[in-house]
Amino acid sequence: MFNFKSDIQFINYFRIFIFISLILIIISIGSIFYKGLNFGVDFKGGTLIELRVENTEIGIGDVRQSFIKMNLGDVNVKKFGKGNDYLIKFEQTDKNKENFIENIKTQLSKNLGGNFSFRRVENVGPKVSGELLRSGLIAIVLSLSAMLIYIWIRFEWQFSLGAIIALIHDVIITIGFFSILEFEINLSIVAALLTIVGYSMNDTVVIFDRVRENLKKYSSKTINEISNLSINETLSRTIITSLTTLLALLSIFFFGGKILQGFSFAMILGVIFGTYSSIFIANPILMKLKVSQKSLLKED
Amino acid sequence: MLYFSKLKVIFIYSLIIFLSYFSFSNFLSQNYKLFDNKINLGLDLQGGSYLLLEIDSNPIVLQKLQNKFSDLKKFFREQNIKFQNIKIENNQIYFEIDENSKDKFISVFTNKNDNSINNYFEKYKAFEFDHEINGNKVLINYSKFGIIEIKNSSIDLALEIVRRRVDEAGTNEPNILKRGNERILVELPGLDDPSRIKNLLGKTANLTFRFISDDDAEGFGSEKMFFEDNIEEAIVSKRIILSGDNLIDAQPRMDNQTNQTVVTFSMDRLGTKKFAKATIAGVGKRLAIILDNKIISAPVIREPITGGNGQISGDFNFQSATDLALLLRSGALPAPLSIIEERTVGPDLGKDSIYAGTIALIIGFILVILFMFFKYRIFGLIADFALVVNLFLLIGVLTIFEATLTLPGIAGIILTVGMAVDANVLIFERIKEEIKIEKNNVIAFDSGYKKAQTAVLDANITTLIAATILFFFGSGPVKGFAVTLGVGIVSTLFSVYYFARHLTSSYVFKNKEKIISI
Repeated sequence: MFNFKSDIQFINYFRIFIFISLILIIISIGSIFYKGLNFGVDFKGGTLIELRVENTEIGIGDVRQSFIKMNLGDVNVKKFGKGNDYLIKFEQTDKNKENFIENIKTQLSKNLGGNFSFRRVENVGPKVSGELLRSGLIAIVLSLSAMLIYIWIRFEWQFSLGAIIALIHDVIITIGFFSILEFEINLSIVAALLTIVGYSMNDTVVIFDRVRENLKKYSSKTINEISNLSINETLSRTIITSLTTLLALLSIFFFGGKILQGFSFAMILGVIFGTYSSIFIANPILMKLKVSQKSLLKED
Repeated sequence: MLYFSKLKVIFIYSLIIFLSYFSFSNFLSQNYKLFDNKINLGLDLQGGSYLLLEIDSNPIVLQKLQNKFSDLKKFFREQNIKFQNIKIENNQIYFEIDENSKDKFISVFTNKNDNSINNYFEKYKAFEFDHEINGNKVLINYSKFGIIEIKNSSIDLALEIVRRRVDEAGTNEPNILKRGNERILVELPGLDDPSRIKNLLGKTANLTFRFISDDDAEGFGSEKMFFEDNIEEAIVSKRIILSGDNLIDAQPRMDNQTNQTVVTFSMDRLGTKKFAKATIAGVGKRLAIILDNKIISAPVIREPITGGNGQISGDFNFQSATDLALLLRSGALPAPLSIIEERTVGPDLGKDSIYAGTIALIIGFILVILFMFFKYRIFGLIADFALVVNLFLLIGVLTIFEATLTLPGIAGIILTVGMAVDANVLIFERIKEEIKIEKNNVIAFDSGYKKAQTAVLDANITTLIAATILFFFGSGPVKGFAVTLGVGIVSTLFSVYYFARHLTSSYVFKNKEKIISI
């Protein structure tokens, strides 16, 4: 099981996969700019209410109508998890409005009857949401730079560049998926993106470590041969680790509750693309940059 | 890499037992515990409210500048500095200085020692005020550091008042912290409806007693004010008879005669004197009781109040009277606070999240354990043991440091389970390669461990870097994820490199002569 003793000629597929990746990146960036991102209240500001209605005769239409009546700005209502749970988002926040949530509750009980409860209320003012978005972006940029520097120190600049391009590839495609599917981007998605950066790096580093070792070991082989050999040698580890990580993530996705679903979905995408990019993006870059035994001479 | 000294083995197992004890102690009842340490549940798991309050310090700065304006005039007269046309303009003090006084002004205003008018901060190496002289025109305004000092002192005062109000409202183990010099974070575990606390914190609670003026229109010494119903209005004098600062106690009471709920209060000595003097002179007049620029009530003074006790009647029910009394007891905020972020999780959602998180952890754990066993058999079992130990270590460390476990934190633990086996996989795959070229088991295993080491370390350090950045930039629940992920990496390295390696080495030494397959 999963013993890849194989001698797959990965280098033969590099061209086609780079082409596919380029298309995916173009689609992602296009969607991010054209369609935009579905920011949650964390980043857009506004109010989020998770509502549980006990009366099964009340449908999503009734819930939507009663919120629209309250003049709360742009209202978005959708089902969430179990049949009678709804997630309601609207623009207004309770800044300096006394009894804001209280009043919503009172009006809602007029329209829906008393059998409901607010399971969760989140209220983020525009100043805070701006700050959260900024610090999220800084965190992602900072983590990418930290990885760049770490690999530079541990390896050579060519490795560092290859790894970082693979990481940016993973992050852009993951965000692209969220844009196309209109999934919500909130604080936990940023956490997932950072973890993806860590995970994808982890995968790339293992292959690079082997590339470096093989460069020292086989003085006559070209980087193309060494890259191919190293990918093959580490392939079963790459696949096993991705599988165990995916098993853990799938169990969060299916059993960890509605709140963690966006997070685990982003992570699942990230693990798949992170594994893929470690092989098909990071390595061709080493080849393009003509890494050779000489590149390592400075180090020893 | 396969040799372990006895001392090292004892150390490894003692550490594991020690940390496992802590991880189990979370489930022990209080009577059997040796230590009180336990993992705290985040607000998203136990239910509760998170409020972020921001103070608007601009009015305070303006108020202080006005005070300084009067001080400055007095100071110039004392020092015999000649000036004219002094006024406040665009939040700056402006005046024109006499040519002969200019040098004196500069020398006293920029005196670093014992400067009563322009404080010199040793810690910032800077003055409270900036000044700008253009010919004989002088502009004075707060320096960056002067404003920082005002903000710091007003946030400290606000923090104290917020703490008193939340404590008096009787909430369970509230957590109240300063965030920078403009914000206060309030965490209220177990509170699923924070509206009362929000209303209490949203009030400045500036109480004044002032006479209602006889005039019909606003004059120089009076202003128009609304009653609490926002309909009725009255002209009140600007002169303050008594303010909330002079109150020492306030309680809600039932007035026996009218059967109405009232708030009774008692004054300090100075307040008693002032109030007595004013009420002696003002019998027959109406005295307005004003809270945050709204008139609560304006009773007619029938007789002088000299005993230092009074009562406020109004349109109260017992709850609103209790809250008013609480606000009066805890004092006025230096400036209004606004709630800029609120997150409230109901207790049943918290319970659901714990349940879902636990189920996901158990299922993820079982899947990974089965996978490793089928893939590596005996070594899979070793990796599985290491995974169990890893969990105990992780939870043990979280317990010792009394970390806060959040829902993303649970996700971090599950993710650790998935990623922790990576180190063992790297090592096992490496050993597989080594066995092919080296017949001696001990040497093959030894070099497998050695050669995998850099990859294992590099791979884990990259994830640790990501977790560290997340810890510093993440907020609330996400921080909990960074903590479990980061601690998880350290516990993984320990469980793999000490515990699993020891098990592997025992196995290899026992089966030196046999053919071992991974």
